[in-house]
Amino acid sequence: MAGQKLCVCVCVCVCVWAVCPKDDFQEELVIRPLHSGDIYASFQFRTVWETDFTRGNKVSHYRLFPKSLGQVISKFSVRELHISFTQGYWRTMQWGQPFQPAPPGAELWVWFQDSVTDVDSTWKELTNVLSGIFCASLNFIDSTNTVQPSASFKPLGIGNVTDHRFLRYATLPREIVCTENLTPWKKLLPCGSKAGLAVLLKSEKLFHSSFHSQAVHIRPMCQDWECKTTSWELRQTLNVVFDLHTSAQGKREWSLFKMFSRTLTEACPLASSSKIYIDITDNPEQFEVSPATPLLSQASVLGDRRTFSVYDLTQQITFGTVRSLNLLIRWKSSEGDMLRPLLHGERYVAGYGLQTGEIHTLMYNYHPYRSFPVLLLDSVPWYLRLYIHTLTVTSKGKDNKPSYIHYQPSKDRVRPHLLEMLVQLPPNSVTEVTVQFERALLKWTEYTPDPNHGFYVGSSVISSLVPSIVAMDTNSTRERPLFSSFFPCKEESSYFVRVYTEPLLVNLPTPDFSMPYNVICLTCTVVAVGYGSLYNLLTRSFQIEEPNPGLAKRIANVIRKMRGVPPL
Amino acid sequence: MKILTLWSLFSTYLLASSLNIENHAAQFFSSGHTNNWAVLVCTSRFWFNYRHVANTLSVYRSVKRLGIPDSHIVLMLADDMACNHRNPKPATVFSHKNMELNVYGDDVEVDYRGYEVTVENFLRVLTGRLPPSTPRSKRLLSDDRSNILIYLTGHGGNGFLKFQDSEEISNVELADAFEQMWQKRRYNELLFIIDTCQGASMYERFYSPNLMALASSQVGEDSLSHQPDLAIGVHLMDRYTFYLLEFLEDIHPASKTNMNDLFKVCPKSQCVSTPGHRTDLFLRDPGSVLITDFFGSVRKVEITMETINLTDPIEQVEQSPVNGELQKERNSYVDQLPVSEIIHQKPKQRDWHPPDGFILGLWTLILLVFFKTLAFQETAVGSKPPYRVQ
Repeated sequence: MAGQKLCVCVCVCVCVWAVCPKDDFQEELVIRPLHSGDIYASFQFRTVWETDFTRGNKVSHYRLFPKSLGQVISKFSVRELHISFTQGYWRTMQWGQPFQPAPPGAELWVWFQDSVTDVDSTWKELTNVLSGIFCASLNFIDSTNTVQPSASFKPLGIGNVTDHRFLRYATLPREIVCTENLTPWKKLLPCGSKAGLAVLLKSEKLFHSSFHSQAVHIRPMCQDWECKTTSWELRQTLNVVFDLHTSAQGKREWSLFKMFSRTLTEACPLASSSKIYIDITDNPEQFEVSPATPLLSQASVLGDRRTFSVYDLTQQITFGTVRSLNLLIRWKSSEGDMLRPLLHGERYVAGYGLQTGEIHTLMYNYHPYRSFPVLLLDSVPWYLRLYIHTLTVTSKGKDNKPSYIHYQPSKDRVRPHLLEMLVQLPPNSVTEVTVQFERALLKWTEYTPDPNHGFYVGSSVISSLVPSIVAMDTNSTRERPLFSSFFPCKEESSYFVRVYTEPLLVNLPTPDFSMPYNVICLTCTVVAVGYGSLYNLLTRSFQIEEPNPGLAKRIANVIRKMRGVPPL
Repeated sequence: MKILTLWSLFSTYLLASSLNIENHAAQFFSSGHTNNWAVLVCTSRFWFNYRHVANTLSVYRSVKRLGIPDSHIVLMLADDMACNHRNPKPATVFSHKNMELNVYGDDVEVDYRGYEVTVENFLRVLTGRLPPSTPRSKRLLSDDRSNILIYLTGHGGNGFLKFQDSEEISNVELADAFEQMWQKRRYNELLFIIDTCQGASMYERFYSPNLMALASSQVGEDSLSHQPDLAIGVHLMDRYTFYLLEFLEDIHPASKTNMNDLFKVCPKSQCVSTPGHRTDLFLRDPGSVLITDFFGSVRKVEITMETINLTDPIEQVEQSPVNGELQKERNSYVDQLPVSEIIHQKPKQRDWHPPDGFILGLWTLILLVFFKTLAFQETAVGSKPPYRVQ
């Protein structure tokens, strides 16, 4: 009897404990010194929650997962959400490939669930709600800058159905990123900016950099190796590149204090793992790191096998006797070159005048003997009227016909151009895509308050599976550092990479906005002067008038009137 | 006799303390408002108007420091100065040339920024007529017990304020907006501060009750800026707001300074222009209105020693794991670039739309021409001449 009772008690305990879905928080910082002397720091904060937003039941008990995002997911039936805010442009040839690529400005792409009936109105409401959460002007996303890619931007999370009707993609290249975007981003973290790695996120240092990108990625992922149940993953990433000359005064010596004006004192108490990785693949010939650590780890990321020193912040010995961690990275020599990235993209506008122009997109394949296919996505606003019959794709001087083209023409003031092409890049070559366009004249209320600045065209997206030198890790459930598990890897011989080109700034023919006022003034003056003169000529008549007599004469006249005698 | 004196003393003491309590109670309910809101607007664009953003941010800073939370502040900045590429110190906006005070701070939330700051959005925020999808942080959710502070700065003239170099708001529109707010019971008392040239013209046309207004200059006068900073290269702040910030830095949530002190901020000797104010529409005496009634969010608390029993916490509904319900198939990650799938992708079946105007017109023309030529041929070939040859 007692044994049975004990059994029942234990069962009840286990059941009650299993009711609350488990959530887990990990934080990580990767520091990679770059060959130009700059330093690249990438923060990743990941919350994994074993719950189900898709089913009808409401989730009401939030612990580590932020409530504002959880409510957005369940209300708008979102399957995947990726939003990024970037200031600056990533220079692939000098810095290599980033861990999470992002275009300048704001970028938002969302996969909705199959249950959504009207995707466009849900998209509009979602952008408005996100603009309130992130203090950004995302409410400017409407049908004129939203596209529905047909082959790019496949879901990064798990899922079996990929009907592109449920995908929406939009960019705002003009969007400014500043502390007001960082503040709500930091408030989504479980520890806020009070403990753990988020203590380093001080806006005065982060925005005084060559590149700053913060992003939020939400996607469903496998819970275990069987992958029958899904859990939701929220990744908040922040990539920043500090410039050698502005932040380090030209000296090739970096430390946490120099980069962030803070040192670390503790890990976030809510985090199950809190680590710093420093890329020491080029150590010890190039630079030295102090304090030294015995922990080393190897990871194959972005097609290369890199070695990292690991600092585990959950262990108290990492902080040493001074109870604070300030990593120091000192260069010893500046020779050696980095691994050249295999894929690179550039874009510019050619032509002169304010009527026509030409967009040139260049895609570089630096692999010596392998060719690989790339998917190019171009979204051009409606006021640049593309002439698709002038589209040419040339590699090494010869015509290169794409194996897949999807073109959706624009409609004035309704939707932009969408051009997607699958192009095979020959080895060691440059592929050039050119298309001519004509500039439209906007209605005078459609101009921004500063139209002479120009109008932005969003970056092109080049997605590709690049052949890799080392074998990539395809086991997604093994414990790996966060930076190597962002893009899912299905085969060992290649890795997925997405490259963004520069945004374009084009001048549209701008009218002189003071002209209506000038014209009204001039016309009214001319009409008044002309009509007035004519009226005077026609209606003016002349009368003879006696001049006013002098004082003496007037007095004499008065006396004469009194006497009854006619006046002078 | 002694008992009588003791009794009289006791009764006077009781009376005095009850009066005291009544005084306290009167003070407790004197202002009549229960929540505070602030709408702070900077209407100027371009780098050389740095000072207007600094003005608005310094008022934002004071208002936050005195207790109004971000959820009750609607901050509208027409351009970004802190992360502007011309700013030698990014993510900072300074108010004084020695760069002592960074009014931008580390914890700022801007609700309307850049091109969103328009006359239409400003009036919609005031009157509450916003589209249904507008998020809460962009709304002024005030009620009839709210005290609202409205601060405007930018370039203005006699009877208008310029928004972003492309449109203006006139004093008549502003007065009508406040009247709409009064009729919809959207405020209890409203303090309106404006720092532009000829600012007093903006409050000339007000006609709703419970409005108090302050301006940095009279009609015909220009408001001047304070001092330039040679490192940043622009003027950092306007005089009136600079001295207003100095005045507000001395205010703390418990201070008893009243509006009459606020009217004395920045006399002509410091400001060069003559600040003005208007209190005829305000029902209370300005001397009895505390600064914290508008700039702060003072919570009235009542301390009690009673114990209160909380109800039992809500039990979490047990969610039995639905294992056997549906046959779960194995999920996997999607192939990011399925080349063969993409190449053999079928084009989307687009819905058939009826032909639009141009095609219809073209076909009508073709049919007309066709039938006309047919009729012409018939008349030319097979018909009899209309008259007979005699």
